[in-house]
Amino acid sequence: MKRGVAILAGAVLAAGLSLGAQAKTLKMAYDADPVSMDPHEQLSGGTLQYSHMVFDPLVRWTKDLGMEPRLAEKWERIDDRTVRFFLRKGVKFHSGNSMTAADVKWTWDRLLSSPDFKAIFGPFEAMNVIDDYTVDLVTKEPFPLVLNAATYIFPMDSKFYSGNDEKGEPKATLKKHGDTFASRNESGTGPFKVTARQQGVRVDFERFADYWDKQSPGNVSNIVLTPIKEGPTRVAALLSGDVDFIAPVPPTDHDRIKQNEGTELVTMPGTRIITLQMNQERVEAFKDARVRQAIVYAINNEAIASKIMRGFATPAGQQGPKGYAGYDASLQPRYDLKKAKQLMKDAGYEKGFSITMMAPNNRYVNDAKIAEAAANMLSKINIKVDLKTMPKAQYWPEFDARAADMMMIGWHSDTEDSANFTEFLTACPNKETGWGQYNSGNYCNPEVDKLVQDSASETDPAKRAAMLQQVERTLYEEAAFVPLHWQNLAWGARKNVKLEAVVNVMDFPYLGDLVVE
Amino acid sequence: MALFLFKRLLQAAVVMFVISIISFSIQDNLGDPLREMLGQSVSEAERHEMREQMGLNDPFLVQYGRFISKALQGDLGTSYFFKEPALDVILNKLPATLELVLGASIIIILLSVPLGVYSAIKPHSVLTKMIMGFSIIGISIPVFLTAILLIYLFAIELGMLPSYGRGELVHIWGSWSTGFLTKDGLLHLLLPCVSLASIMLPLFIRLIRAEMVEALHTEYVKFAWAKGLGKYRIWFMHALKNTMLPVVTVGGVQIGTMVAYTILTESVFQWPGMGFMFLEAVNRVDTPLIVAYLIVVGAIFVITNTIVDLVYGLIDPTVNLVGGKK
Repeated sequence: MKRGVAILAGAVLAAGLSLGAQAKTLKMAYDADPVSMDPHEQLSGGTLQYSHMVFDPLVRWTKDLGMEPRLAEKWERIDDRTVRFFLRKGVKFHSGNSMTAADVKWTWDRLLSSPDFKAIFGPFEAMNVIDDYTVDLVTKEPFPLVLNAATYIFPMDSKFYSGNDEKGEPKATLKKHGDTFASRNESGTGPFKVTARQQGVRVDFERFADYWDKQSPGNVSNIVLTPIKEGPTRVAALLSGDVDFIAPVPPTDHDRIKQNEGTELVTMPGTRIITLQMNQERVEAFKDARVRQAIVYAINNEAIASKIMRGFATPAGQQGPKGYAGYDASLQPRYDLKKAKQLMKDAGYEKGFSITMMAPNNRYVNDAKIAEAAANMLSKINIKVDLKTMPKAQYWPEFDARAADMMMIGWHSDTEDSANFTEFLTACPNKETGWGQYNSGNYCNPEVDKLVQDSASETDPAKRAAMLQQVERTLYEEAAFVPLHWQNLAWGARKNVKLEAVVNVMDFPYLGDLVVE
Repeated sequence: MALFLFKRLLQAAVVMFVISIISFSIQDNLGDPLREMLGQSVSEAERHEMREQMGLNDPFLVQYGRFISKALQGDLGTSYFFKEPALDVILNKLPATLELVLGASIIIILLSVPLGVYSAIKPHSVLTKMIMGFSIIGISIPVFLTAILLIYLFAIELGMLPSYGRGELVHIWGSWSTGFLTKDGLLHLLLPCVSLASIMLPLFIRLIRAEMVEALHTEYVKFAWAKGLGKYRIWFMHALKNTMLPVVTVGGVQIGTMVAYTILTESVFQWPGMGFMFLEAVNRVDTPLIVAYLIVVGAIFVITNTIVDLVYGLIDPTVNLVGGKK
């Protein structure tokens, strides 16, 4: 009997030891920390990175832009307008409560009250609870992007967030830049829970012992996130071994991280397009498609991608990147100075004209330099550019006011889908529907709008892709805007951090699955 | 003395009033705070509604009036980003910045006095030429470059010192956690303090040297030599004492400047102080925090200047504090 106890004690000890040997702390540095612990407060990269650590979505993107089940084990389309989700059983929240359909429904209602997120769920009519582990998502029209939207549903613990906090405010309150219970406390189902947080200084995470995904190879027990704003400092922290993992990596430091013995660079083509828009309302000449084409032909975006971006960008001929529904491989970047000059001559602008241009200088990678290069290239076809660059804080009000003849804008589709680009960037501006909200070029083609609108209720992926490709081709032929490039993504890590397996083009690494040797 | 104090306080109040108006009136030119707070796909109508809720659409005088009446009760507004009263945010960040300034000041005092005095006494020695040469380099290299060079050398290449942050802290009082009491904390202080000191150190060496050279040529020093006093007594008791008056004045003013320079040092070293916080606030268009920072730093300037004037009077009683007719 005594011996039995000893063996048992030994086994427990051994189990404890092997667990101890596995426990790894990951020190990481992003350029910013999440603005709030409330996953619904701001729709931004930082919030989504945080949500994938602390909460967990119904479904999530895979590396090749497919879908994989998370809190929804499986799903099926019941009819034109309904997709049924079967929820995973036995999933626990950080508070110890079990997750059920009631929590998912509660989260859904809260999402619809979030100024940032509700636009994503505009096409939906309702979420219906069928039983404790089944919900139906019903759309107003037949809608192809139900799963895309489901990647934004990160169930929150409805019991944990109900009642009032010590100030007498409801714990469920969702308020932009407000000091709410949800902005200071969390209970999700994710692989990590927050143990301490000092905004702008550091966030501590600890692995959630009851995490449902026991298959996950992830072995990181603790994460310390330090925001390091300055690129060179972030890189220095990685090179000196003060942190294990950084993102983003400035293009100028890629070689250093690659050549350094202990570190590794992981890169990927990104999905954020950088473009220039030509305002047809401010400049008469821009109404002429030949002038717009001339501008596209005159700007050598391959050179910009290779010289200014140091090869860390993919030159673009269209809005959506490869892998998106509307991508058409035949729409390649155009650069032909001779043709550009000819087009200007045909349009009667051989002598050229003067325009103004504005671009931010701290929003996109090398934004001001790109604008300068583009302005120089335009001088070759006698378009004189008066360029003004400014910090993003000052730029956006100018952009809203359409304050220059040409303006720079970058865009990443929240739905990882081609239609989103047109809705915001190239559709006819419409204050009612919000379409064309970022179309500072005032380009307007009702045919394009119609196609995109119809694609929103086309659930046959092949037919839908054909429609969106038609949109891209029309925009290409009419030179609706100047496509520059898609920004690539880069992460830096110590060699023992197996980062490659968990990063993706959306730039929210699945750190729960991260293996550190 | 009482009259002097009263006059200074009145001046200070006027200065603070002007600072508050200026800092408050630039906020319209900083950009739209909502752009930083909301996602990109939020509609214009919704933004307008939030602007209305936050009182950003009111006329300037209404906004300023609301601000000043609250400010007089010690409420400088609530930071959009930190979601806390702006003054609390700044006071929480203040210890980190003050420790940085203190560390840099210690380095400056320990080095500038001996180096300045030495180069005044031995103007032609090789060491003096080196000191002067270095001080020119020190003045002309921008502080963030010095900081990056130091990080590169000591953190990356030699791996001796940490590259960012404050390290291990010991909590002492209220929101004050100090890095001065742990080895790790001191190591973290070293590079940022040296960077910050590098801007002011050359200035002080040159100032002390110039004043010292002048003092060494005065009649009373010549008289002291003639009397046959010891050289150390002459250098340190007679000459140096008179050198320190202008140095204290400049030093006091420079403390304020140094607080301003922490913006650069802190952002390179990711130092969680109020300079770094300010830069971030500008990027985020966190207007309440920006305005509060300008007011707090303005207050630091005003207070240090007042104290300098008082100390000046203590060192040299012949200075006419009140500035009126005697």
